[in-house]
Amino acid sequence: MSNNSNLKVFINGLITENPTFVLLLGMCPTLGTTSSAANGMGMGLATAFVLVCSNMAISLLKNVIPDKVRIPGFIVVIATFVTVVDMLMQAYVPSLYASLGLFIPLIVVNCIVLGRAEAFAAKNNVVRSMFDGLGIGLGFTFALTLLGAVRELLGTGKVFSLSMFPESYGMLVFVLAPGAFITLGYLIALINKLRKA
Amino acid sequence: MENKLLVSPSPHVHGGDSVSKNMYGVIIALIPAYLTALYFFGVGAFVVSVTSVLSCVLFEYLIQRFLLKTTPTIGDGSAVLTGLLLSFNLPSNLPVWIVVIGALVAIGIGKMSFGGLGNNPFNPALVGRVFLLISFPVQMTTWPRPLAFNTHYLDAETGATPLSFLKGGAFEQLPAQMDLLLGNIGGSLGEVSAIALLIGLVYLLARKIITWHIPVSILATVFVFTAILHAANPEVYASPLVHLLTGGLLLGAIFMATDYVTSPMSHLGMIVYGIGIGIITVVIRVFGAYPEGVSFAILIMNAFTPLINTYIKPKRFGEKKKAN
Amino acid sequence: MVKLESSFKNMALVLTGISLFAGGLLASVYTVTKEPIEAAKVAKQQNAIKEVLPAFDTLAEADTVSLDGIGDFVLYRAYTGSDQFVGAAVESFSNSAFGGSIKIMVGFDAQGNIVDYSVLEQKETPGLGTKMVDWFKTDKGAQNIKGKNPAVNNLTVTKDGGEVDAITAATISSRAFLEAVRNAYAAYADDAAAIDSQSGATAVAND
Repeated sequence: MSNNSNLKVFINGLITENPTFVLLLGMCPTLGTTSSAANGMGMGLATAFVLVCSNMAISLLKNVIPDKVRIPGFIVVIATFVTVVDMLMQAYVPSLYASLGLFIPLIVVNCIVLGRAEAFAAKNNVVRSMFDGLGIGLGFTFALTLLGAVRELLGTGKVFSLSMFPESYGMLVFVLAPGAFITLGYLIALINKLRKA
Repeated sequence: MENKLLVSPSPHVHGGDSVSKNMYGVIIALIPAYLTALYFFGVGAFVVSVTSVLSCVLFEYLIQRFLLKTTPTIGDGSAVLTGLLLSFNLPSNLPVWIVVIGALVAIGIGKMSFGGLGNNPFNPALVGRVFLLISFPVQMTTWPRPLAFNTHYLDAETGATPLSFLKGGAFEQLPAQMDLLLGNIGGSLGEVSAIALLIGLVYLLARKIITWHIPVSILATVFVFTAILHAANPEVYASPLVHLLTGGLLLGAIFMATDYVTSPMSHLGMIVYGIGIGIITVVIRVFGAYPEGVSFAILIMNAFTPLINTYIKPKRFGEKKKAN
Repeated sequence: MVKLESSFKNMALVLTGISLFAGGLLASVYTVTKEPIEAAKVAKQQNAIKEVLPAFDTLAEADTVSLDGIGDFVLYRAYTGSDQFVGAAVESFSNSAFGGSIKIMVGFDAQGNIVDYSVLEQKETPGLGTKMVDWFKTDKGAQNIKGKNPAVNNLTVTKDGGEVDAITAATISSRAFLEAVRNAYAAYADDAAAIDSQSGATAVAND
């Protein structure tokens, strides 16, 4: 395996098969946690960490796990790393943990993580799996941060809590659930248009 | 793709002629309510309605011309009607820029995103209004007081609507029923005068632009539901007549719920749809967080329209019941 | 390398192995993070109380004050080094808010003046009633209640003849909020009276 192909795997996850904008996977945290750019980024990075760890572990274990019990095996591995992230965040970034709430434990059932384990890590070596996890994870982080930034900007006039508009301004709907759907829909439309061009 | 088959246009919109004819018919029916709005809310009503209509037409033109690259169809009156209905649902002291955002959402998100007239699952004017209500709750719930030949716009004196008195349980502050009928109450542009809206209804029925099924089933459901609540505990629940005459119920039942594109095709379907709107309206008004629920109720039932159309199909012309 | 066969023995062994490994990893992370998590939780509650009270050294254990016809209130008394009473934080509520009930924490100093408040729970209309979170501590018009004493000041909205400006377009939420503040004061006054009658015997901080 050359470095070139590792880069390809990374770019594939980050852009060509971006989990949010292209594969439309993991919609629940995408809609639920992107009320601000910082929340979206925190959620994305937590998921990326789990993805990299679980992809590497599963790639290592792929020949040891019998086929019939591979899904339970994968889930135990993923759940372990999610619980690790959960405890670490609770201990060291309690305020971010409080605003993400239930969505951190829910990374276990995020179909991106199990999907990459099944579709990529179970068939590739450790290094490639790591790059895949990194690419997909950062692609997810990028998408969530972008969505969060757009919603925060339209909803409160700020990005990463920095004011972009001089006076107090904001369309509250973008901070609430309907705004998540509207923003995601138009972002996907825009990205489809850009991809075709 | 499947949606496209389900939301087939009603028989009314088959000919190109009848679309604009019906649209302008509805606009004529709105004139009495518009005149009362001008009388009570004066300059503000004029500014808000003109802004709303102009920006709706402009956005429709711009989106069709430059984004969709089709021939603009602004002449059919549907954008004018959307703009007018949107402004009827807004308070008359709303700043112009908020009205423009509402028009952009109504036309851009509510209508054009789905493919333009005939393909929109939700009433565009209501999409615009609800978007504004959630986005700018302060501006959207600060109602100007009615004043004959009003010359105030942004600086108009404000007060509560009858429905917010109800929510607060302050029944003694309710305006007299005569004021409710004439429209001498706080509220959005077009919802205040019951009589003017009823004149519009009579015109629409006489011209056969709409049938009685939707408005009557909505109003009857609200009446019966609130009458039961009122009978159970008159101190907590207001009388059914108050519920009928206040808020946007008449405006919604007569002009918004009856939109051809977003309401069921068969008469039985229309009644099911109307009952649904009535029940949801009362539930939101009495138990919900918002004082008024008509627009939410209509949007929710809009979403059910394809389902109603699937199960309650209109009989085809000349079709006979199969004996099976 | 050939994949392990899906025999019962293999499946059981592998799953047990993975689980044991996972258990071990989790146990070690748990040991590392246990103390920081506890500390974060305690800090959160302390901060909620600290936020609404003047500076203090020790906090008495939570007390429950029952007011006839209103309900039970949880009260935390705060002291400085020499058992000097500096104020108390009261968890209060109102059931007449727009979206049902609200829960707030109000801090009073030893004289009964409002030091600060924080909203713990609310279901008000977004953008309207939700503004209560900082509306009543903003210096603008007559909306700030900090420093006022419910025994002296009439803490009702101006519409009802009081001296506090209600939140724009959210009078009902404002009424409920101020009701909760007045309830909190009633609980505070009730508690203070009870302590006075026991001649300060209970005023020992048990930390």
